[in-house]
Amino acid sequence: MDWITTVDHKKIAILYLWAGGIFFGIGGLEAILIRIQLIKPMNTFLDAQTFNELITMHGTTMIFLGVMPVIFALMNAVIPLQIGARDVAFPFLNALGFWTFLFGGILLNLSWVMGGAPDAGWTAYTPLSSTSYSATHGVDFYTIGLQIAGLGTLIGGINFLATIITMRAPGMSFMRMPMFAWATFITSAIILFAFPAITVGLVLLTFDRILEAKFFDVAGGGNPVLWQHIFWIFGHPEVYILILPAFGVISEVIPTFSRKRLFGYSSMVFATILIAFLGFMVWAHHMFTTGLGPVANALFSVSTMLIAIPTGIKIFNWLFTMWGGQVRFTTPNLFAAGFIPTFTMGGVTGVMLASAPADFQFHDTYFVVAHFHYVIVGGLVLGLFAGLHYWWPKMFGRMLSERLGKWTFWTFIIGFHLTFFVQHFLGLMGMQRRVFTYLPNQQFDTLNLVSTVGAMLMGVGMIIFLANIFLTSRRPLDAADDPWEDGRTLEWTIPSPPPEYNFKQTPLVRGLDAFWKEKMAGHKGMTPSEPVGPIHMPSATILPFLMSVGIFIAGLGFMFSRDEFGSDIMSFLFNNYIVTALGLLITFGSMLLRSLIDDHGWHIEPEELEGR
Amino acid sequence: MTTAHAGSVDGTLPHEPEKATLEGRNKVLAFWLFLGGEAVLFGTLFATFLALRNQTNEGPSANELFHLPLVAAATFLLLASSLTSVFAIQAMHRGNATRLRNWLLITVVLGLSFLILEIYEFSVYIRHEEFGMTTSAFSSAFYTLVGFHGAHVAFGILWISVLIGQLMYKGLTVVTAPKIYVSAMYWHFIDVVWVFIFTVVYLLGKVG
Repeated sequence: MDWITTVDHKKIAILYLWAGGIFFGIGGLEAILIRIQLIKPMNTFLDAQTFNELITMHGTTMIFLGVMPVIFALMNAVIPLQIGARDVAFPFLNALGFWTFLFGGILLNLSWVMGGAPDAGWTAYTPLSSTSYSATHGVDFYTIGLQIAGLGTLIGGINFLATIITMRAPGMSFMRMPMFAWATFITSAIILFAFPAITVGLVLLTFDRILEAKFFDVAGGGNPVLWQHIFWIFGHPEVYILILPAFGVISEVIPTFSRKRLFGYSSMVFATILIAFLGFMVWAHHMFTTGLGPVANALFSVSTMLIAIPTGIKIFNWLFTMWGGQVRFTTPNLFAAGFIPTFTMGGVTGVMLASAPADFQFHDTYFVVAHFHYVIVGGLVLGLFAGLHYWWPKMFGRMLSERLGKWTFWTFIIGFHLTFFVQHFLGLMGMQRRVFTYLPNQQFDTLNLVSTVGAMLMGVGMIIFLANIFLTSRRPLDAADDPWEDGRTLEWTIPSPPPEYNFKQTPLVRGLDAFWKEKMAGHKGMTPSEPVGPIHMPSATILPFLMSVGIFIAGLGFMFSRDEFGSDIMSFLFNNYIVTALGLLITFGSMLLRSLIDDHGWHIEPEELEGR
Repeated sequence: MTTAHAGSVDGTLPHEPEKATLEGRNKVLAFWLFLGGEAVLFGTLFATFLALRNQTNEGPSANELFHLPLVAAATFLLLASSLTSVFAIQAMHRGNATRLRNWLLITVVLGLSFLILEIYEFSVYIRHEEFGMTTSAFSSAFYTLVGFHGAHVAFGILWISVLIGQLMYKGLTVVTAPKIYVSAMYWHFIDVVWVFIFTVVYLLGKVG
């Protein structure tokens, strides 16, 4: 019950982590099933329909329900601590964001047991995703589930923007802010401007499917390419929503374990902003083969390649940070070091794909699959592993085992390269993506076998990671305030795990890497910027949970509103939008309660603070 | 946070009660950000409409459908409601809760009349012109864009009505003031969107 009503950012972080972890596991199982099907030519392990459902759900689950929540987990766990705040700007909304994400994710995955998962690919291209080609409710689960989950992401993004703008500790100017906080800030800005586009796209697709609107129906005057534009004007920035937080993590981990400040801090900040800006300018490079014409293709080709410049700045800054540093290869730093070459390879194939003429050859082959897995798994997932191992002691008060951590790293990264490196060649040799099997004797056989073995090895790495969590969680709390001993930022100045109010006294920030600066000046901790006083805390509340339940019910009701049911009562309830209305009533009723009931919160008194 | 009720200690409100507390300032800032997202939302809907506005699929076209006097009347009502919401905020800054409530009530009534005109307009199209959601890509885009705006108006009416209730129940404080202020921001925003709808959908539909 405590977990359902909490508004504490540290607990919400843990909720995000577990929920995201479970969805990540589901997405991983789907990946393994896909690879088993492709282990040999003309395999009959899965049929084509199931395969389509698996690839769709693998992509959708991993991006929206797997890695995004884990990113949000890290942000929630770390950002208020890094900027010296007692919580986020809107603790209530923070909880609401988590619950809408979770119920959206549950709705999406209910499709497996309620008559068929979405099967039109994670991009849901029309007309494949129209009712004529996808007659089950699968794509409805996709549109409505993602809509609800996306609401949570948008709420989270606005919350982090407001938090970072208004709640930084005294002395922490923007240019003294840790890189992970910068990455969160820019990522949240991208979320704010990218997610409303997919909101509209999903609404249009929902209307086409449920209300028989004609947006994407050529026979009614609609235009399927319109979907691609809307999808990718969201979808391309989404790539940077995913990768910028990983950049932020790497920029924290590498300086800590090199005992040096980040090389070129201000160029890192501007590179991040530039990447975010360019990220919005390049969406049509996903659409070179739809026939936009040479001028559009050339423009999008050049703007895409421009992104290599700020990204290159980042890569070199990380290398220069390590150069001459006292580098310690702890588990987080192993992941960070592994990230650099792996992500760079993904970036290089990105430049190859950005060349429009070459893209006509690479398009829809395993070369593309290899490219984006190098970016998202080799970049983001390695970054998340680095971040999780790095901040685990701060989040849970326990060190993860270094020995098991190193096993995780080596099995995962070797498995990763085995899986995806060979896919570049499969793609160049002409193996198509999204196809459930292939003919023998096209030289695809061995490489596919290698790829599948690699995927299994990645699975082993994940199991070792889970074992690490399980084994260490049984030990008593052992993490010091600054467990890596070289912590540079504010989160390492307070106990692990932090008390619910984070900082007894808000710290005074006197420079970049605030904690490191104090250490170098010979001080033990931060200078406080305020006397010890009562701390105002928000009350726990069930309302965010209820609001999300309401949206969930409304979504289900709308989705089945045109169905014929066996029983008259069911048909009556659904066909007259009664279920939908009921769900919305719960949500709006909760909003009304929130508005009418005063929440004065509660105070932690100074005597109590001193007592702990 | 510790200054949550600072303004009301001696019974008087600060000049800008919506910005008197950190919570209030956060609310106003976050609402500006939210409106940025809303701008993208409507931008995407406008782009969709512009892409599909001539795809009538042998159904009625914009020129045949639209009846400008009706739309102009609706526009007048909505723009007037924006003005009355400005008067409401001015009353709030002077600390006059009664005038604030009255101007908000007038705003709600004007918004409601706009909505009734819009529902009437839609019902005419559906009943007499056989122009429904499924008629053509143009009709789908029209109802979605204008309907989304209408839904925003409806939500605004509900929201401001609840706030009026809250104002009468709790009075004007540093807690209620930011809520009223952001609801006025929201109301201006949907007004601005309507100006674009009036131009891009109706005027361009008649002459373009």
